[in-house]
Amino acid sequence: MSQLKLKSENIKVFYKDFQALYDVNMDIEENRVTALIGPSGCGKSTFLRTINRLNELIEGTRTEGQIYLDERPIYEKDRDVVELRKKVGMVFQKPSVFPMSIYENVAYGPRIHGIKDRNRLSEIVERSLKAANLWNEISDRLNSPAARLSGGQQQRLVIARVLAVEPEVILMDEPASALDPISTSRLEDLIAELKKNYTIVIVTHNMQQAARISDYTGFFLNGQLVEFSCTDELFVNPRDKRTEDYITGRFG
Amino acid sequence: MLTNNTREKFIKAFFWLAGLIIVTILFIIIAYIAIKGVSAISLDFIFEAPRRAGKEGGIWTTIVSTVYLTLVSLIIAVPLGVGSAIHLEEYAPRRSWFANLVNLTAETLAGIPSIVFGLFGFVFFVIFLQMGWSIISGSLTMAIMILPTITRTAQEAILAVPAEYRENSLALGASKWQTISRVVLPSAVPGIITGIILSIGRAVGETAALILTAGSSLGMPEGLLDPARTMSVHLYILAMEGISMDRAFGTAFLIIGLIVIINYLANLSLRRMSYVNRQI
Ligand SMILES: Nc1ncnc2c1ncn2[C@@H]1O[C@H](COP(=O)(O)OP(=O)(O)O)[C@@H](O)[C@H]1O
Ligand SMILES: [Mg+2]
Repeated sequence: MSQLKLKSENIKVFYKDFQALYDVNMDIEENRVTALIGPSGCGKSTFLRTINRLNELIEGTRTEGQIYLDERPIYEKDRDVVELRKKVGMVFQKPSVFPMSIYENVAYGPRIHGIKDRNRLSEIVERSLKAANLWNEISDRLNSPAARLSGGQQQRLVIARVLAVEPEVILMDEPASALDPISTSRLEDLIAELKKNYTIVIVTHNMQQAARISDYTGFFLNGQLVEFSCTDELFVNPRDKRTEDYITGRFG
Repeated sequence: MLTNNTREKFIKAFFWLAGLIIVTILFIIIAYIAIKGVSAISLDFIFEAPRRAGKEGGIWTTIVSTVYLTLVSLIIAVPLGVGSAIHLEEYAPRRSWFANLVNLTAETLAGIPSIVFGLFGFVFFVIFLQMGWSIISGSLTMAIMILPTITRTAQEAILAVPAEYRENSLALGASKWQTISRVVLPSAVPGIITGIILSIGRAVGETAALILTAGSSLGMPEGLLDPARTMSVHLYILAMEGISMDRAFGTAFLIIGLIVIINYLANLSLRRMSYVNRQI
């Protein structure tokens, strides 16, 4: 049994009048991959974005309940969101590199968190790109525009950019949905390596992918967490009829 | 009946013709000014101060005045315009009364003829604030005139920056201002520069409003409170008062030259600053 990293307690999210999540309770363990699956529109992204408080950027959003990161509540009046987002990095569905060089993209996070020393920045950039399995491909053109990279490389660059901030948790929202099969399998390898040092929560609508890469899986339906358990168990022995219907492809 | 294909061809030919006509007109105007103006132009014409109301000597003081006045206008208008664009696009809640008011004001200002601004500048800056006919009165008036253009183009440029950039930056722990200053604004720079180029064109070409606010003195302006005559004002007076048509054309030719140089420099900096953007 590994350490508890994140704990979600009765999380409810409202977009204006519309309730997108109903009392989600989930325990997320350290150095494990937790996958969130379910048909689109059922609240997976919304839940992911409660963990780094990104939902509050959308006007009219309200979150109730609590999430604990290392037993500290994150929905607290004087909780520093910057510090939270430093600890909880996020990789979005569409790789979105900034219109800067490869180097500047990775150095962006450390820079905004106050690191100015060139040598230290270069060190961080190199270490992060290596950790994201991108270094070997691009080490000779760090100063060329990041937008010139292929889609798969861009997604790994985005991951390197997140790693450069030295987070503890990495949230991934369908990170492979825009990638070709080869890039996807490289990404899955990378996730397997990253989990040694990070806690990963990943949304995917690809059930095979969830089964391959995750230790725990949560099944969402219509804003509810229907079932949450060990990945092997959930796919082999679903407790809930709706989970069974979903994983056997009867809907969704 | 025409077949679809021939009709398409006619339509295509029409648009091609429209393009050709525009190019021809522009070419004729520029060629005419060049032919008439080039005889007046010499190094002395460019670099000497005017004598005898411009009948003799060159136009150097008016070139300096033009650049001076345009620069001061931009120094005033760009921070204000870009600043209000940032407020409107990044901070103001959608459809807040203040955002609506700023938008409406910018739109209205854009539609007001320049002579009205000139009159206001004359009454307010020149007389009421006792700045007299001066670079500063002229620049403040010009700044108000170009503010809507700068605000609008900056707004559009900021709006065009993908929302994902902002989300990614914030998710990395950046503050709102860090996100705006390090990701949003650099991406918006090309659009902002377009607005600045348009504004420079307007400032360089303005006459009536500047006669009312900066005056028409031919002396070399040495400070913000000195009066000044820009090239366009000089051209107007040369032609209007029958001083010298050749010299009016010479001045016109140099105005075009100045605009070309400014646009070239702006484009150059645009390319520098956005080299990464344009790879996408
Ligand atoms: N910004 C928003 N404003 C209003 N409703 C939203 C917003 N984002 C998501 N929703 C709604 O919340 C529900 C859950 O969305 P989401 O979390 O994106 O689902 P998923 O990631 O599982 O596809 C959907 O019904 C969606 O329409
Ligand atoms: Mg989603």
